[in-house]
Amino acid sequence: MTNHWVDIKNTDLALIMGGNAAEAHPCGFKWVTEAKAHRKAKLIVVDPRFTRSAAVADFYAPIRAGSDIAFLGGVINYLLSNDKIHHEYVKNYTDFSFLVKDEFGFEDGIYTGYDLEKRKYDKSTWGYQIGKDGFVVTDPTLGNPRCVYQMMKAHYARYTPEMVSNICGTPKGDFLKVCEMIAETSAGNKTMTIMYALGWTQHSQGSQMIRTGAMVQLLLGNIGMAGGGMNALRGHSNIQGLTDLGLLSNLLPGYMTLPSDAEQDYKAYIEKRAFKPLRPGQMSYWQNYGKFFVSTMKAWYGDAATAENNWAYDWLPKLDKGYDLLQVFENMNQGKVNGYLCQGFNPLASAPCKVKVSGSLAKLKYLVTIDPLATETSEFWQNHGEYNDVDPSKIQTEVFRLPSTCFAEEDGSLVSSSRVLQWHWKAAEPPGDAKGDQEIMAGIFLKLKGMYQKDGGAFPDPILNLTWKHRQPYSPSPEELAKEFSGKALKEVTDPKDATKVLVKAGEQINGFGELRDDGSTACGCWIFAGSWSEKGNLMARRDNSDPFGIGQTLNWAFAWPANRRILYNRASCDPSGKPYDPKRKVIGWDAGVGKWTGSDIPDFKVDSAPEEGMSPFIMQPEGVARFFAGDKMAEGPFPEHYEPMESPLLNNPLHPNNDKARANPAARVFKGDWETFGKPDKFPYVCTTYRLTEHFHFWTKHVKSSAIIQPEQFVELGEELAKEKGIKSGDKVRVKSNRGFIVAVAVVTKRVRTLDVGGKKVHTVGVPIHWGFMGLAKNGYITNTLTPFVGDANTQTPEFKSFQVNIEKA
Amino acid sequence: MALQSLDIKARSATTSPSPAVRGEVIKVAKLIDISKCIGCKACQVACMEWNDLRDEVGTNAGTYDNPRDLTDQSWTVMRFSEVEVQAGKLEWLIRKDGCMHCADPGCLKACPAPGAIVQYTNGIVDFHEENCIGCGYCITGCPFNVPRISKKDGKAYKCTLCSDRVGVGMEPACVKTCPTGAIVFGSKEDMIHHAEGRITDLKERGYKNAGLYDPSGVGGTHVMYVLQHADQPGLYANLPKDPSISAMVSLWKGVTKPLASFALGLAVFAGFFHYVTSGPNEVEDEEHTS
Repeated sequence: MTNHWVDIKNTDLALIMGGNAAEAHPCGFKWVTEAKAHRKAKLIVVDPRFTRSAAVADFYAPIRAGSDIAFLGGVINYLLSNDKIHHEYVKNYTDFSFLVKDEFGFEDGIYTGYDLEKRKYDKSTWGYQIGKDGFVVTDPTLGNPRCVYQMMKAHYARYTPEMVSNICGTPKGDFLKVCEMIAETSAGNKTMTIMYALGWTQHSQGSQMIRTGAMVQLLLGNIGMAGGGMNALRGHSNIQGLTDLGLLSNLLPGYMTLPSDAEQDYKAYIEKRAFKPLRPGQMSYWQNYGKFFVSTMKAWYGDAATAENNWAYDWLPKLDKGYDLLQVFENMNQGKVNGYLCQGFNPLASAPCKVKVSGSLAKLKYLVTIDPLATETSEFWQNHGEYNDVDPSKIQTEVFRLPSTCFAEEDGSLVSSSRVLQWHWKAAEPPGDAKGDQEIMAGIFLKLKGMYQKDGGAFPDPILNLTWKHRQPYSPSPEELAKEFSGKALKEVTDPKDATKVLVKAGEQINGFGELRDDGSTACGCWIFAGSWSEKGNLMARRDNSDPFGIGQTLNWAFAWPANRRILYNRASCDPSGKPYDPKRKVIGWDAGVGKWTGSDIPDFKVDSAPEEGMSPFIMQPEGVARFFAGDKMAEGPFPEHYEPMESPLLNNPLHPNNDKARANPAARVFKGDWETFGKPDKFPYVCTTYRLTEHFHFWTKHVKSSAIIQPEQFVELGEELAKEKGIKSGDKVRVKSNRGFIVAVAVVTKRVRTLDVGGKKVHTVGVPIHWGFMGLAKNGYITNTLTPFVGDANTQTPEFKSFQVNIEKA
Repeated sequence: MALQSLDIKARSATTSPSPAVRGEVIKVAKLIDISKCIGCKACQVACMEWNDLRDEVGTNAGTYDNPRDLTDQSWTVMRFSEVEVQAGKLEWLIRKDGCMHCADPGCLKACPAPGAIVQYTNGIVDFHEENCIGCGYCITGCPFNVPRISKKDGKAYKCTLCSDRVGVGMEPACVKTCPTGAIVFGSKEDMIHHAEGRITDLKERGYKNAGLYDPSGVGGTHVMYVLQHADQPGLYANLPKDPSISAMVSLWKGVTKPLASFALGLAVFAGFFHYVTSGPNEVEDEEHTS
């Protein structure tokens, strides 16, 4: 989240789209009810289904699953053509006036540089015009047809209300009503918050859906404001911590990136990431990349990381490609993976296309699951009748099940959606032989290290040199690990402006990432967490909820990254002269008296940079401003464009009816054998979308009796019109089929799933909740991902679970 | 169980004065704001956990309602209704069903077993199972079809409004757990005041018939609803518009009034006789009428 859960109470309008907060985040959703109760805020829900969020909304609009970019593109067009934008904000705080390279173009749904064979773009033309001074060329009059404003306006002019309705199936009146409500928040003292979750991420174009939402928020001037922002509601406890700590295959801690194969040279690796400012007077904070990187390597390799060996740069893996979930299972399926350590994850249930996942696991020599529960994955080899119809005699994979602790059986920190690192304490001892994850991992590591020491092996350096100075080497304590990611000074750290001033003494915990150095004098396991455990103690354990400004910032409650800042980009909540756009919800403001930015939050800015100095609010960007034009950062283009889901009810993209290349996401990766697994609308005419229910958490709580009681049995939802056509009544058993398999479940026939008119074609939707499987206390059910396609978002490879095609019949 | 910290106002099949004659206490109420309810069922689970109840893992009958109905193990359930009050504008009304804790409780009136049903001075109507004879008259007496007889011990069960929690100054478990504040608890007076604010808000949002459900036919209730469509309570899974105690119960009470002691004694005897000869009443038909 750019903002945080409590801040939602400050909003004037909550837009829930690509998520279902009331149902999937009921505790956080209370802040929407607070905003409604105390600010008379409105709630809009846009969703393929009338959800439990819609049940308490002021306005609901239906949408065809997977068409969100068309909808939001239409909102952008509405705001631009009706002049409902925050002029001062977009002019000063975004790239509106920046000029784009002349060579860059867009034709019939495809940007310049497309390679159909590789399904990839050469992005060399996707950039701003750079002047002789090294800075971006701008046109403050906004008249130049190559400026971002003009290009964006032209791009989205095609997204008329009629086109939106044709693509999304949203009645035009409903769409315009949503636009009108959103447009009201373009006023400086009105804000909208966007709350989204997997309903946006789990599409072959999910990242671009989120980007389009962010563009709407920028046009309205809602980023950086209290009650505004782009708020990703994380579903899994500590999934925020997972991404923060860089557990994705291409990341290092704190959103640093692993080098590619081609980046064998350390200096070039750093230079490419330490962005120099693209406009005069800008901070471009990633210039400090080297400090974060060296400090991470010192945390990992201690004395073995030296200036001479480039801080052990050679010991890092260099990627030939991403090793995301889909790629790993593809490799497994090709027989290229021997062993799989599966920790806190249930891929047989969670990964797309069960038949492929199950077949891939069967090709392993060994599988280790580390989990508190007996998961479906750990039982993939066992026959569970119709729900897992495999032949164990044909599966040779050796499976080891290591029982681990639940969150309540261990101390540690969890990072919430609000970016708040909150310490928690063990409430119960783990049952039986269950061990904490770090104890299990330490055991495996030390065993491996011993084997390398004894027997040698190919490239043992990264294992043998890893720092492991724990008081209990076989069970590192959460406190030690937390101190390590927060960071400490290895040598005295002094003020760069005054070498006699000591900031941190050798051996002390650092106060924040501003104290990190690239000379090896600091160690920090995750730079964005720096300061969470300082010499003041464990700040994550703080429980002071005093709220001196009355807008819910509570700076002494736990610790928010970065730097305990609660609202990101908060400099943008003030006008260029430093006055808050809404003094009643002041986040920060320029205090000329003391020469500092002060307020209810930690400024996301150089704290003593006066407004006259002209530094812009988006300090992580080399431009200093927010980008409508994404340059080369996205896989499928600088401006989001609507493409159909990989499987869709339409044979072509209504925006580009004659260009098959632009039907679905041109940059989405599809593995060779998977094209044949995709279904066509003639055999699979209905849109299917999968989702979660309040009563369950993923595939875990079916093991809990009370949750099993309140939602006992697998079901699917369909609208009354489709049910009538198929002769299906509520309570009947139905079979839902995709080109990859089928599930059988109870039918819930409902008014809440509407038949949509998509460009004159009737489109029915089938909804499939995910929670059942063949383990646990609830009634056994089919793994929903039997149905889903093996394709992901072109940027993140997050699987497309939210829109694909099925057929349905009475079972 | 009897709670010494709560005074009894009325007791089934009993004519001797109750401790309540000593003086009035503040009446309590639970207010359920249906316009804020997200149907998460956290209240159902809180109820199960506080009262140590575990129903069967059932089946799905083509709805979100689970368990499908109130039982001796499920003292509260969500009832989901899809309605279109205004053509084209779908509403999903989610009502938390359970005992309404009537000021004039039909169950207590109908109950022939001394002390099986009590009404505390604060308004809570509680079942004391140790005195219950399982005759099922409370079910006949209830205008909301709430009490359920256990097949295991043959006694009647229902929501206690967490009298054991309220007796020591805590709110009911469902109130404590409700994430959106759709369920609130306090003095009845405060709850009515709170409801007025909610109703004003709902009217501003276009629900011109928003109102409070506190039906006078049962003397008002200590569980009240804020309804978006107070003119049509039937929309909310057949919430009765004008609930009243069954004529049979009233008539029985009216005729026997002059002969109260005798009749009550007889009733106890009759109930006891019925119990020992026929066992507890089976009320399956009524259980499924809602």
